[in-house]
Parts: sequence; C-alpha cells; structure tokens
Amino acid sequence: MRFGVVVFPGSNNDHDCYRVVEDVLEEPVEYIWHQDSDVEGFDALILPGGFSYGDYLRTGAIARFSPVVESVKRFADGGGLVLGICNGFQILLEIGLLPGAMLRNQSLKFVCQYVNLRVENNETPFTNQCVNGEVLRVPIAHNEGAYFADQTTLEALRANQQVVFSYCDDAGRVVEEANPNGALENIAGIVNDRGNVLGMMPHPERCSEEMLGSLDGLKIFRSMLAAAKAPATP
Amino acid sequence: MVEPAITPDTIADHGLTEEEYDRIVELLGRPPNHLELGIFSVMWSEHCSYKSSKSHLGKFPTEGPHIVQGPGENAGIVDIGDGLALVFKIESHNHPSFIEPFQGAATGVGGILRDIFTMGARPLASLNSLRFGPLQIPKNRYLMEGVVAGIAAYGNCIGVPTVGGEIHFSEVYNGNPLVNVFNVGLTRHDRIFRGRADGAGNAVMYVGSKTGRDGIHGATMASEDFDETSEERRPTVQVGDPFTEKLLLEACLEVMEENLIVGIQDMGAAGLTCSTSEMASRGNTGITVDLARVPRREEGMSPYEIMLSESQERMLLVAKPGQEERVREVFARWNLDCVAVGEVTDDGLLRVTDDGRPLAAIPAVALTEHAPVYERPLAPPDDLAERQSLDLDRVYIPEDCSAVLLELLASPSIANKEWVWRQYDHMVRINTVVLPGSDAAVIRLPGTAKGVAMSLDGNGRWCWLDPREGGKRAVAEAARNVVCAGARPLAITNCLNFGNPERPSTMWAFAEVVEGMAEACEALGTPVTGGNVSFYNETLGTAVYPTPVVGVVGLLEDVSKHLTQWFKDEGDAVVLLGPASEELGGSEYLAVVHGLVRGRPSIDLGLERSVHELILKAAGEGLLKSAHDVSDGGLAVALAEAGFQPSGHPLGCSISLRVETRPDAALFGEGPSRVVVSCIPDNVQRLQGLAEEGRVPFTLLGTVGGEDLTVSGPDGKPLISVAASEAKRSWEESLPGLFERPQERDFDR
Repeated sequence: MRFGVVVFPGSNNDHDCYRVVEDVLEEPVEYIWHQDSDVEGFDALILPGGFSYGDYLRTGAIARFSPVVESVKRFADGGGLVLGICNGFQILLEIGLLPGAMLRNQSLKFVCQYVNLRVENNETPFTNQCVNGEVLRVPIAHNEGAYFADQTTLEALRANQQVVFSYCDDAGRVVEEANPNGALENIAGIVNDRGNVLGMMPHPERCSEEMLGSLDGLKIFRSMLAAAKAPATP
Repeated sequence: MVEPAITPDTIADHGLTEEEYDRIVELLGRPPNHLELGIFSVMWSEHCSYKSSKSHLGKFPTEGPHIVQGPGENAGIVDIGDGLALVFKIESHNHPSFIEPFQGAATGVGGILRDIFTMGARPLASLNSLRFGPLQIPKNRYLMEGVVAGIAAYGNCIGVPTVGGEIHFSEVYNGNPLVNVFNVGLTRHDRIFRGRADGAGNAVMYVGSKTGRDGIHGATMASEDFDETSEERRPTVQVGDPFTEKLLLEACLEVMEENLIVGIQDMGAAGLTCSTSEMASRGNTGITVDLARVPRREEGMSPYEIMLSESQERMLLVAKPGQEERVREVFARWNLDCVAVGEVTDDGLLRVTDDGRPLAAIPAVALTEHAPVYERPLAPPDDLAERQSLDLDRVYIPEDCSAVLLELLASPSIANKEWVWRQYDHMVRINTVVLPGSDAAVIRLPGTAKGVAMSLDGNGRWCWLDPREGGKRAVAEAARNVVCAGARPLAITNCLNFGNPERPSTMWAFAEVVEGMAEACEALGTPVTGGNVSFYNETLGTAVYPTPVVGVVGLLEDVSKHLTQWFKDEGDAVVLLGPASEELGGSEYLAVVHGLVRGRPSIDLGLERSVHELILKAAGEGLLKSAHDVSDGGLAVALAEAGFQPSGHPLGCSISLRVETRPDAALFGEGPSRVVVSCIPDNVQRLQGLAEEGRVPFTLLGTVGGEDLTVSGPDGKPLISVAASEAKRSWEESLPGLFERPQERDFDR
C-alpha cells in the first residue's frame, strides 16, 4: 500500500507519519510537496500535524490555497483514503472535505498529553481493527482543538455515524471531565459521509511503537492497510 | 543624513566608558564615526564580549576524548560514536523576558535553535530552566504565564519537542526572572559547519527574514541593571516568527546536506555586526558587506539601524565558489530571501558600504579578540559568615513530619510542573522515550540503538551560601540526573546568571562558582563545551542569587535500557545509594518551613563519581528498576515522588530510617551524592556487593507497596505516615491552584 504524506510549509509531523509508515508498517511512503499537484499512484494520503504557514491567520486557512489541495480533493472524491491528523484535520475542515470548524481550546492554552478515545464506529477504513466502545490511549498536542459544528451538521454526523472517536475517561465514559479542549460533545475525530476521509485531533503516529508508551495508534494505520487489502464498501 | 557628532554623551549612551572609547581610537588609529561607534558598542557589550567573565572562564576544563568542539563556536559538540555527534548549548534570555515575557522567551528559543542548526545539526529536543519570584505576586504569574506560553508557541510551531527542565521560585527573582533555554541536536561528523568566513572572494550571503528596526541595542540592554523605566525598553525586544525559522531550518539543513557552504552563523545578538565580525575573525579574514543589498522590512532604515538590528530568523553564510546559484535555489524553494551581500576578503577588515560608498572599516579582531578584558575586583560579601552559620538548636523540630512532607510537596519549587510542560509539545518527532517529569529526559536517536539523556540543574540558594561548593553541587546534580536515566554524562554547557559584575561581591561569587564548577567537571569527567554568561540580573540594587545552570548530555548505548525515577512493582526493595547524610543547610525545608536560608552546603566529589559509576554498573547489569536523585525536599520527597508514576494509582512504600541527629534532617536534608533505587529483592545482595566494591554507602530502606508512604524511625516509631494518593494530590494541585485560585500579595518593588 503506497502512502503519500503531504508537506505544507510549517508541517512538522510529516516526518513522524513517514517514519511510522516506513519503519513500523513497512509500507512504501513518499512526501508530497504542497506545490505538487500530482497524487497519482498513492493508495492513501496523510495530511500531517504542524503549523502550516505558521497558522498565523487561522489554522489551515492559508494551506487551503496550496496547489496540492485540489488534487487531494479529487483524490478523496475518487474514494481514496485521506487521513488528516491535528493540523491535517484543521485543513480538511478548511477545504470542506469535512464539516464543522475548530475553535481554540477552552483553556486558551496549548495542551499536549495522553487522552482516552472511545471508538464510536469501527465500520470505517480507519477503525476496522478496533471494536466499538474500545478505549484507545493516544496523545493530543494542539492549541485549536475544540471541534464545533452547528446543530444541523451535528445531527447529520450522528445520524450517519460519522463521529468516529470521542474523548472519554479510563472506563470509556464520554464525560465532560474527560474533554481536554472543550470539543462539542467530546468529538475527537469524524469521517465524511462516504467514510473515506478521517480527521482526528489526536496523534496516532505518536503511539505506534512500544518504546513510546502505547501501541494504540497503530490500530488506525493497520485498519487502513486492512481496508486497502479487502476494500469494504463504505 | 547628517552624521551625528560623537560627544561624551553619545559615548555614554552607547554604554561605553571613556577608557573604552580611547581604546577604540587607538585600535582604529582615528576617532570612529557614529556607525563605527555603534558597532563597537554592541560588540564590546558585556553580552557579546564576555569582558568581565573571560579571565575566569578559562579555568573550565574543555578537553576530553569525546570533545569535538569546545567553547568559542555557536555550540559545543561531542562524539557519540558511529560517525554521529551531539551539538548542544544553553542561552539566557533573562532581560528581554522581564520586559516582554512572551516574545522574550520565544526569541530565546529561536536563538538557541539557530545556534544548533547553524552547526549542521537537526535540533532533537529543548529544555528550559526558569526562575521567578513567588506566584502569590500577580506580576510573577504574568511573567511565568507569558514565558511558558512564549516557549510553547515557538517550540511547538517549529516542531522541536520541549522535553523538560526545572523551575524554581524565590523572592530574589522578583525583579529578575531567569529564562535559560537549552537545545541538543544530532549531526554526522562529516556535516559539521562552523561560523568561519574562509576563502577570499567567496560570496557572503544573507538568508532568512528581512531586516527591521526591532531589537536595536538588545545586547546593550542585556548588559545593564534594571530600574523603574525598564519597561520603556520594550522596543529593544525582538519579535519571533517560528514559521519562518522552520523554513530557515529546513533550507539550511538542505544546503548543508548538499555541502554547498564554507561557513555559517546565525544573526543573534548584535545581528549583522556580530555575524560578520565573528566569522571574519575566526577565519582570519575580512568581510565586506554592502547594506544596499540587505533585504529590509521597512523603508528609510539607516546603516546604523541595519547593522545593529536584531531581527530574528536571519543567517549569514559563506557559499562555496560556484555554488551561489544552487544555494539561492534551495532558499527560493522555501520562500526565503537569499542575497549575496558581500564577500570574504583577505585584509582582515570588516568593511561596511552602502551601494559601494564606504561607511565603516574596522579590523574584525578589534571587535572580537581585542575587546577589553576586565579583572574586576573581587571581595566576599560582608555577611558571608552570618549566611553560613546555622544554629540548629534554634530550629524547632516539627512534631508532625507528615504535614511537613505535604507542605514541601506543595511548595512550587518541588510541586508537579505538569501545568507547565503540558503546554509544550514534548512528543513531536516521535523520539521522546521518557516524557517530562523524571530526573532526566531521554530521547532515542533515530536509526541507531542509542539514546541521549539530558538534564538542566542549578541551585542559587546553595551558591549564595557557598558559591564554590554550590557550583560543584550544580554540576554534580545535573550529571547525577543523567546517571539516574542510566546514561553516562559526556559533557556540560552552562549558563551563569549573576548580578552586576562591577560589584566585588558578585564578581567574587562568580569566580568561586566557576572554580567550583571546574573542579567538579574535572572530577566527574565532564568537560565544558561552552555556555553563556548573563550579568546585570539586578533591579534597583537587588541581585539574583548567584545562579549557575548546568546542562548535561549523557549517552545510552542501548536506549531500551534507560531508567526512570518511578517505582515499578509492589514488593521491590528500596535502597539508598550514597551517604546517609543529615545536612539541613540550604535546604528547601529550611526555607519553606522555617524561613531560613542558612548553612554551608558541601560535597565530596570523589564519592559523587563513585555513586555515578555504581549506578551505571548496576543499570548495565539490569539490576535496577528505578533510580531517583535525592534533591529538593530530601529523602522523604524523593520517596514520595518515586511513587507518582505518570499514570495510574500512586505507589506507597514502607521505609525504616536510622536517625543520627534529628528526624527532620534525616527526612528533609539535601545532602548530595544520594540516589534512591528500587530492585527486585533477589538483586539486593548483588547490588550491595557492587556498592561495597565501589565504596559507596548502601542502605536497605524498605519495600515498595501499599497505599501509604510510611517512614519509621530507629525505635519503630512512625515519623511519616500519609496516603500516597493524598501526597500526590498535594503535589499535583499546587501549581494549577496558584494560577486558578491565587492568594494575592503585593509586588513589593
């Protein structure tokens, strides 16, 4: 399975995603520079975390105008797998591949810590190696991670089971105390209605090796592999 | 433009003395013009010239088998085998952080990162050492929030993890917070670059951000005391742009990987002036720079402003002949300015021109090697004997040591710093093996089995009481922290934060600290590869404690064998390696509970080295499950902290303690060279054997396990008995509580 990691000026988790695909998954992977518009031949694209264009205006707002973005949209429209992590999720919101918007953390502070994620929908190409209700330990690291959507959008997300991950406590309960950033209904990750585009604030690439403290992130990458091998109808 | 006249007032405004001015005239063979005066003033400022400290810094040992680059470059370099090298350095940004905490601290991070990647290394991880006045004072909370947010904003955006450090609080830092930042990077021996301008005729290229009016005379500002008007200095603080620095980092590493350049130096303090004169001076060459070609952010900037601007995210490099175009292409891809602004010459002069019109011509070495060096007068403070006398008969022994333990755990200098480090991205680049909170941070080195452990440490209180012993103990503790991660300390960098050097007592403390540190570096086999001196940390005549901050890097050949400070399993044995000292002088306990900063700390460096060797040996044999340095708050705090693993229920332990003098001294004394380790009971005998071989005192203290932390005295009487969860709560809730529910007090200055 051939992965492409899209690099915007200011991306800084590009290398981490690349290493996990190459060293842990042992699959082919290439960087895609933001000025390239060719994403042919890839089976999945990763939009990594970081601070594209410094996030000086609004997270992802300038990355939206990079030449590569139109290609990413076409790739997604064609059913290709797109995983946006952290800043990648923020960019997916800005380019309209996912609904909703991101607000600043309720604390108004950057927060980097491990959180618990409850798997809400394991029938996606990103979660087929998980069970529903399973609790994953995955770190977050962001300043603007409070997911927000209007009531109509939220109802549609719920109706289509597009909420994939929720922040939860150790026991898997989705409670306010387990919400690290003020996200609406503890939403940590969503897919598009077709199910081939996932945006998530937590960083699975940071917990895909035993030495780093958790292997839970690997389940997401392994799910993508499994989906590519036996394409499920989304 | 009318050239301003040089008057005694102009000279004084530039922070130069009359003698210094006469020396300039002598070196030039004529009076300087206004631009030249500005150039001399920044290069001869304390910050750039080290004129008060130079004669002392020579006492540091700087050579050793691992040392690739000692002091004098942008950063130090140590060899770690397999063709790899670590590049590391510490920098202070104390003055700007007091004036503008967010940008002051942010640009400190930007500066230290440039020092690392200018040598050819990709930054691996940052640490920081911070000191503030008590948080009950609103101004100190404002400073700390701003500094932490500034460090976070810069480090997080550029994508270099901030993996730990230290924070201390004391009244003496009220008007003078200390903000020291450290970074370590990784490079290969065949990709080390230096700040040298070699090869006459080679192009001198300016890369990075455009030049603006920010930060003019920042170095001079950092070389003065503060008073009520200091906040008017805000325009001398630069503004950071971590996004541009990220681009600059990637572009620089690309031209280095392609081997396109001869030398490179960042434009930090004193900007274009410092980079041109230092590069020429190191290369025994000259540099001509034409200001008309310098990319500018605003119109109408004078040559003086361009030469003295401290705009951030700029570098000066010398290209290899014929490679200028390729260098330009790389920087263009990253959307950065890259302009040939001049060339290397063979006449030894720093020549400044404006579209060919000569503006200044100064021998480069006049600005660097020929800067004044002062042997400032030294005298111990009048009250030294009083500080050092501690009459313990007049210090009551608390009845409830459990309550004292809880109080110490909540003392901000000891309490959990998660409120701070959760604001730092400490995991980016997926190399952080030990997350913040343990004695040392551990980073794995990608593509190898190796790891690097690092720690920053200092203790101003000890140095105020006895600068020589305090200096020794600062080095010993930083090295011990790295040893507690199972790593062998290789070398140190240091940041020496002091008051006004023109005060003989400050200079005496400085000299003593340096000699103490030098002795410890010799004894522990950790040479000094460079560092930073920050004087004038003084507001309205009140100086900070003499505060050396020591950064140590250590190597783990096999990173999977690293240790952390936390107990692992119930039933494991708890052992104290090192002397069973009961030294109360200079302790956090004495300061917090009794309001006393008294005593005379000391250290036996031979024993310290033996403790290091013992732990490394035991760790190498796989005998140890944890190792935690006994420091602030003494043995009782160390035992409590060892039970506070990052996740899950805290672990208690039952300990029995011999008490020779008094229970508070045995529990809370901070005698050095002590480490609490845990191991399976079957390994106790082997560990004891190794300790005897290594002549290190060995004390079996007790067992890990249970809900409570209990310490009983010689007669079996309980000295401490608290629930581990209660202890953890006290330790965890202190810092957030101070920010969220402050009990305000007036800023007394």
